[in-house]
Amino acid sequence: MSEIFVITSGKGGVGKTTTTANLGMGLAMRGKRVVLIDTDTGLRNLDLLLGLENRIMYDLIDVTEGRVPYKKALVRHKKVDSLFLLPTSQVKDKTAVDPEALVKLCNEMREEFDYILIDCPAGIEQGFKTAIAAADVAIVVTMPEISAVRDADKIIGELGRAEKDTIKLIVNRIRPQMVENGDMLGMDDINDILSIDCIGQVPDDEKVVTSTNRGEPCITMSDSLAGQAYRNIVGRLMGENIPFMTFPKPGFFEKLKHVFGH
Amino acid sequence: MLDALMKIFGKKEKSGDIAKNRLKVVLIHDRANVSPEVMEHLKTDIIQVISKYMEINQNDMEISLADDDDSVALVANIPVARMKHGK
Repeated sequence: MSEIFVITSGKGGVGKTTTTANLGMGLAMRGKRVVLIDTDTGLRNLDLLLGLENRIMYDLIDVTEGRVPYKKALVRHKKVDSLFLLPTSQVKDKTAVDPEALVKLCNEMREEFDYILIDCPAGIEQGFKTAIAAADVAIVVTMPEISAVRDADKIIGELGRAEKDTIKLIVNRIRPQMVENGDMLGMDDINDILSIDCIGQVPDDEKVVTSTNRGEPCITMSDSLAGQAYRNIVGRLMGENIPFMTFPKPGFFEKLKHVFGH
Repeated sequence: MLDALMKIFGKKEKSGDIAKNRLKVVLIHDRANVSPEVMEHLKTDIIQVISKYMEINQNDMEISLADDDDSVALVANIPVARMKHGK
C-alpha cells in the first residue's frame, strides 16, 4: 500500500524542500520506490537539491495538462535508482496546476510507488491547497523561532479545515547548545504548544549547506548529525520505533578551539 | 597546514565553488527561458548536421549555455571520432 505525504510549513525558508529531498533519498536508500513531486511552480528548487537540474525534459504541468504521460516526465536519480523526481515548471505560476488533476496523477502513481512525497510551496494560498489535496499524511516542518511556530499552528488549522487529520511535526535547525542554555525553544516546548505528534528534531548542521552545494542530500553523509536525524525520521515513517537522538556536548577540543579562536 | 596537506592529496573541490558553478548554469537557463526540451531538440539537429561531415561520439557530446562576459554563449563540446572524406 502506498502512502502520500505532503511536506508543508506555512513559513518559507524553514527547510521544506531540504526535508523532502532527504526523506525521499532516505526512503529510496532503504529500498523503497519513491517519487518526489515539486509543486512550488515558478520557484522550483527540489531539482537543485538533488543535483538533477540538468536532466529535466518535461514537468508537472506537461503531465497535468495531458501533454505527456507522467513516466516520461520523471527524472531518475543518478545514484539511487528507485528515487524519481517529477519537477515543476519554472516559468508558469501556482494556478497552472489543477488540484483534481494532481489527485488523479497521485492515485495513478500509487500503483508504481511505495511513497509519494509532495513538496508544498510556502503560504496558505492556492499552491498550498493544491499540494495538500492528494495527501494521506501531512508533515509540518517548523523551526524553533516564534514566527515559524505561529505559522505552523496556522497551517495545522488549515489542514484540519481541509480534513487532513493525520499530521506529523518535524522541528528543524535546532541548536542544542542554545536549547540547553534556555535561549531557544526545544522540541518539547514546541510539542506543548502545537500538540502534534513529533517525528523528528533536526539539528542545525553546516553539512546541510555543503551537501546542498553539491546537490547531494546530507542523509547520504555518514558524518552529518542532520543526516542521522533524517535517517531516524525515515525509520519512523517506515513504522520503526527509534528513540529521539541526543546531541553530543561540545567536547574538550572544541572548547579548546574556541579559546584559541580557531 | 592541514588545508595545505589536503590540497596536496587532492581534496575534493570546495562545495562553495561547486554551488557557484551550478548556479551560473541554472540561472542562464532560467533567464534565457530556454526549456530543456528545446536544448534537446537543438542537440538532435546539431548532431544531424555535423554527422554529414564527420562521425561524432554522441554519448560524450555536451551542449550548454554559458556565461560569456555580458552575453550568453552556446558552448558545444563534440568529440569527433573520424572525418568523413570524399563522397
